[in-house]
Amino acid sequence: MIHMSLMITDVLIIGAGAVGCAVARELSRYKLKVVVVDKEYDVAAGTSGRNSAVVHAGFNNKPGSLMARLCVEGNAGFETLCKELDVPYKKTGKFVVAFDEEDQKTLQIIYKQGLNNGCKGLRILDGEELKRRLPDVGGISAMESIDTAIFDPFLYTVALAENASCNGVLFRFGEEVKNIEKIEGKERERYSVTTDKRTYKARYVVNCAGVGSVRVAQMLGFNQYKLYPCRGEYLILDKIAEKFLQVPVYPAPKKGIGGLGVHLTPTIHGNIIIGPSAEYIEDGEDYSSTKLIIDKLFDEAKKLLPTLERKHIIGAYSGIRSKQAPPSEGGFHDFLIQEEPECKGFINLIGIESPGMTASMPIARMVCNIIGHSIDLNPNLSFNPIRKGILKFSDQNDEEKDRLIKINPEYGEVVCRCQNVTKAEICQAIENPLGVKSIASIKYRVWATTGRCNGGYCFARIAEILEKDYGINPEDITLRGKGSEYFIGRVK
Amino acid sequence: MMERYDVVVIGAGPGGLAAATSAKQHGAERVLVFDRNCYCGGVLNQCIHDGFGLVRYKEALTGPEYAEKACREADKANVEIKTGAMVLSISKDRVMSVVCGNGFMKVQAGAIVLATGCRERTRGAISIPGTRPAGIYTAGVVQNLVNIKNIMIGKRVVVLGSGDIGLIMARRLTLEGAKVLAVIEILPEPCGLQRNISQCLYDFDIPLYVSHTVSRIIGKRKLEAVEISEVDDNKQPISGTERIIECDSLVLSVGLIPENEVALTAGIALNEKTNGIITDDYLQSSVPGIFACGNCRSVMDLADLVSEQGEVAGANATCYIKGEKMKIYMEKQSVFKKGFPEKGTVTCPLCPNGCSIGEYGEKVVGNKCKRGELYFRQEQIDPRRTLTTTVKGIDGMLHPIKIENVRKNELFYKIQNLDKN
Repeated sequence: MIHMSLMITDVLIIGAGAVGCAVARELSRYKLKVVVVDKEYDVAAGTSGRNSAVVHAGFNNKPGSLMARLCVEGNAGFETLCKELDVPYKKTGKFVVAFDEEDQKTLQIIYKQGLNNGCKGLRILDGEELKRRLPDVGGISAMESIDTAIFDPFLYTVALAENASCNGVLFRFGEEVKNIEKIEGKERERYSVTTDKRTYKARYVVNCAGVGSVRVAQMLGFNQYKLYPCRGEYLILDKIAEKFLQVPVYPAPKKGIGGLGVHLTPTIHGNIIIGPSAEYIEDGEDYSSTKLIIDKLFDEAKKLLPTLERKHIIGAYSGIRSKQAPPSEGGFHDFLIQEEPECKGFINLIGIESPGMTASMPIARMVCNIIGHSIDLNPNLSFNPIRKGILKFSDQNDEEKDRLIKINPEYGEVVCRCQNVTKAEICQAIENPLGVKSIASIKYRVWATTGRCNGGYCFARIAEILEKDYGINPEDITLRGKGSEYFIGRVK
Repeated sequence: MMERYDVVVIGAGPGGLAAATSAKQHGAERVLVFDRNCYCGGVLNQCIHDGFGLVRYKEALTGPEYAEKACREADKANVEIKTGAMVLSISKDRVMSVVCGNGFMKVQAGAIVLATGCRERTRGAISIPGTRPAGIYTAGVVQNLVNIKNIMIGKRVVVLGSGDIGLIMARRLTLEGAKVLAVIEILPEPCGLQRNISQCLYDFDIPLYVSHTVSRIIGKRKLEAVEISEVDDNKQPISGTERIIECDSLVLSVGLIPENEVALTAGIALNEKTNGIITDDYLQSSVPGIFACGNCRSVMDLADLVSEQGEVAGANATCYIKGEKMKIYMEKQSVFKKGFPEKGTVTCPLCPNGCSIGEYGEKVVGNKCKRGELYFRQEQIDPRRTLTTTVKGIDGMLHPIKIENVRKNELFYKIQNLDKN
């Protein structure tokens, strides 16, 4: 008989995306035992790591909705949060561009909607001003949103998790929840959650499983929820295209599309991304790119930015929106965040699609409030809200570079040539507080392998560091944890 | 204090080493080469196959042998070489910002030769549709992993692109026990040298699909299969021609791009289409006093020609600081033949001519010299190959070796015996 180990916790969070990690971080302010499980091998493996990397202002969402309220609230606190957590953030503003009269009407509608939602910093620009502000961009008029920002969504999630972890939260990766049972009569152990590795007894279970949240809810018999995975594909452009665009540029939204339209967004790392498309698919984990959409994205983007060329593309990715709105209907349904009345302590978060990243912290506070209704939350006196990230060598001035190398010669070894990432930074990424060691984990922590050579220079070097400096066998070096092994072993 | 040199060369591959040696020989006093690797010779070190040096040294050398010769020449000329040092940027007045294990430094040069080589075109750049699993590599990375880092990528391999590195790696992986299921080429003709088509693919019965491409990548976490399709005249996949090949590795050999990140920091003009450094007849870039040679200027087929070009660039860099008249560089094309070997002939690998030799009745035809005839006769009765592989030394590292005159049908036997010892 296989003996499954048992772990008792106050709160079990299912899913280590931005929302799950934000909930964990907020709960770490209190004297609670909190565990986060995720079936993947790092945080942000799903939608949190696969989006437009924009902090939204909240003008796109229906007035009175949770989406609108939490997005506006999230936007207001985002900069401070990024400072606390040492996450790259830049308030770029954003332009929503109209190409015809219908678009101009739409701009008026979303402008008013934005004001209704409490967005500040919205303005309508005429064609002349648009031309002057964004000479490379097409369009006849635009709405500017000053409060929109760009950030690094992966590092944001990493930072939330690292901060939570330093404040006592336990993260368990590579564990897939298989079964949840309600235990009657035990106030402290209301749920028994079984993963493929062990069983957890928890007083609260928070379902932050994103695209998988419906499946988790079904384990306790909640069959009323439906999600329709809607894939969005993106293209990544070479940094060389950075000069074309410093501000996210979106087309005016069209009716019935389950997204915000194909837009151009500069990332915090200097690459422009194009996307996303919107396509309802069956498999909520099919992160494919398709020829049809690659071509279409490029054509659409060229309308917004006529100077764009095909050779500027250096990569592609896709993410999945967990939409509650069925394909026949399109558009948005509001976030569903609630403790199930017939299952006390079981908190469902369903349909957290865009603007879920922006709203993640207000969502987390909502979850804390729900928990605070039924128990006293005592402050964790040693809680520290500050998290320090990995120092970026390439951002330092010459004297500082010299000083760093003198302290640690590994700063003198550039491992990733496109993004100028040094061995010292790679090693810090490998030694991350969450203990994850895949190539993708390193990539998203220090941005190595993401440049125009796609890791041609640094991939083999990183593999060598993992092998020589950290004793990891070649056959255990993975892209994203188990099942994604790169190598079969030694040649001889 | 900022260090000053007469000529600084960036990159210690064949071009850079030749440039530095030549600068010294032409009278530059202080000559320094920077390389970001901790060794000299650049990519040659991982190119353990032979066929280098046929033009320059009139013998078939392996990459490491060629590199060693070039390093020795630089040593003899008293060139200073600093490895493990990466030049981050160059200013217009030729001051370089460099990082290395000792710290950050600035170095000024009278003239600079850029010999920064090239990088490989990637999956992202050619937008292959599908998922993004582990198991997709560029050919040069595989060469580095297999030949230097002692890491084996997989058992069932598909190669996309029939350039020389792809062909060489198809053979190399086969010799190390992988099954290379197909080499896929989007053009109607293979891009590699005839001798490589013949010795890397035909020798091992590796199928070559021309006018085909990989139209989709399949596999969520690890590569499970690729879908290949025939392409039309516009290189677009033809619907209905798809077929699935199950594999664990896809090796991309889809072109090389001049690597000019450092050149850009100096504001040097690049060719919009090729990304190569634009030079005048003297190999001088758009910034006076900064010269370029080798693959960072335009991607070349032969290391030998890179060395020759490096010599001219190094000499002209010296002329520049002395205010002397520079030498015009004459563009040379490789004489090696590319594409399908002519039917019924063998491609002679003994010299750059690469004669297609056949029989007309009893007479051997197509050869330009006697050696070609002998080679052809040998091919008919008992074909021999030069086996290039690695052996594990007592230091635990891989060492390249070359064994000449191995019977073609005994290559596997030989390599297995080597590994046993």
